[in-house]
Amino acid sequence: MGMTIAEKILAAHAGVPDVQPAELHFAKLDLVMGTDITTALSAEVFAQMGAEQVFDPDKIALVNDHFVPAKDIAAATMAQTMRRFAERYGIRHYFELGSSGICHTLIPDEGLVAPGDLVVGADSHTCTYGALGAFASGVGSTDMAAAWALGETWFRVPETIRVVFGGRLSEWVGGKDLILRLVADLGEEGARYKALEFTGDTIEALPMAGRFTVCNMAIEAGAKTGIIPADDVTRAYLKGRGTRPGVYHRPDPDARYLRTLEYDVSGLEPLVACPYSPANVKPVSQVERLPVDQVVLGSCTNGRVEDFRVAAAILKSRGVHPKLRLIAIPGSQAVFRQLLDEGIAAVLAEAGATISPPTCGPCIGGHMGVLGPGERGLFTTNRNFKGRNGHPTSEVYLSGPAVAAATAVTGKITDPRILMG
Amino acid sequence: MTSHILKGKAIKYGDDVNTDVIIPARYCTSFRAEELALHCMEDLDPDFLRKRRPGDLIVADSNFGCGSSRENAPLAIKGAGISCVIAKSFARIFYRNSINIGLPILESPEAAEAIAEGHDVEVDLGAGRIRDLTTGASFSAHPFPEGIQAIMAAGGMVGFVRARLAADTTA
Ligand code: SF4
Repeated sequence: MGMTIAEKILAAHAGVPDVQPAELHFAKLDLVMGTDITTALSAEVFAQMGAEQVFDPDKIALVNDHFVPAKDIAAATMAQTMRRFAERYGIRHYFELGSSGICHTLIPDEGLVAPGDLVVGADSHTCTYGALGAFASGVGSTDMAAAWALGETWFRVPETIRVVFGGRLSEWVGGKDLILRLVADLGEEGARYKALEFTGDTIEALPMAGRFTVCNMAIEAGAKTGIIPADDVTRAYLKGRGTRPGVYHRPDPDARYLRTLEYDVSGLEPLVACPYSPANVKPVSQVERLPVDQVVLGSCTNGRVEDFRVAAAILKSRGVHPKLRLIAIPGSQAVFRQLLDEGIAAVLAEAGATISPPTCGPCIGGHMGVLGPGERGLFTTNRNFKGRNGHPTSEVYLSGPAVAAATAVTGKITDPRILMG
Repeated sequence: MTSHILKGKAIKYGDDVNTDVIIPARYCTSFRAEELALHCMEDLDPDFLRKRRPGDLIVADSNFGCGSSRENAPLAIKGAGISCVIAKSFARIFYRNSINIGLPILESPEAAEAIAEGHDVEVDLGAGRIRDLTTGASFSAHPFPEGIQAIMAAGGMVGFVRARLAADTTA
């Protein structure tokens, strides 16, 4: 019986010739990732487990990103716990301010994930790395501590849903719109406990930045992972980054899928997810002209240089609306340097954006742009649950960078195709 | 989590109760259950803390615990004195986290549908039986897969890993 990519990766790491959906397997991990918000608890649990060493200090990554620069004493204490853990156990891939970034932007750019890898991270958007043809999934702090100790964890083999995107995307439409379309159709639990496998000529033509965006939000439909088959685009991106060659899996022709969803995305409009669910999606034309207090450009979903290029093209010589606050958050220190090199940082600053250091910040309602009572935000992040980004009466609309930048210019939710006419 | 009888009143919620409303990130600079409990559910149901009594159960619809990987969510619920969560289905990370930290959870679409707010509920965890004492109706929960039962039998993930590490050093 043929296997999907998710099944092939699990079988390879469980050391068995094949796996079937619903089977439970212990499988060896290539990378275990934690952040400042999840690692402190893991460190405590790791000690309770009686573990004296980690399975492999080179296969663990620890990233300061959520509440950095430390937002208060409690956050500083959690970061300190992680820093000490990294020192004590000789964790090589420990990322500190100045060379860090949001984990899911940073980790692939650092070449720490290869195609065919099996990765867990104590962060639900770990599924982002599926854009490299890896099986990557989020876990909690106790699971992460167990993975540090054992170098493996259990997986229930998920059924796979195949998603085929065909057609050419219009200008100002990108990866965010593809995944919002899908999450809208599946709903918040439509892919619960399933793997998503994304294929089709739209995906093949999609640059890596868009692929990361698509896989990042697989979890918003409840998926365990979202995988794009690694190809020449992947190979080109990884050139000069990864040290491991990886395995470029393809699904078998007779692989079994739970279902197949097919889309023709030519003519797809820019989309917006309305409060309070990433599945509550409307075409931008239906929510146009709603006034917005704050736009956030960034996050692990849309914080790459490609996203800022789109935004800069719209903001250049236009300026941010005087009644609106624009916060731009480069996804990592490397992205920030690119923004400087390409002159994008200057465009943003001249337009009136506040440029933040790389951080999760407002995406998680932590700091650096939390919303007040009744405020409306338009963010390029991935979740808009009640209270996630600030006061419980605030509301956030989610979009790609083009709608966000157009909205920053006019102060109201705006279709970039009309603004840029 | 073996043969253990729980009893309390049902507090009902709908679909897709996400971890951001169970415990907002602004409180996640702590991972102490008793501190997290002070803010449990506050964005979804500001009355939760006032109405819940120790031992009460949360009964919810589909996809309970969706969203973030934060283990603070089941910790907050446990810290608030909730004895068990019954739902039509659970989001996968929440499911793993709950088993790992020892928050009893049961998947039973029938029970979640039938039990109303304020009903007295009795749960036999070992047998996976749920009884609505107010109506007398009885339901069975989906059994846990074998591999997960091994983790539960070890008293959660900490015990499971401790035993594995001990076996590795004596082997
Ligand atoms: S940017 Fe937002 S979604 Fe991404 S890791 Fe940070 S908090 Fe999570």
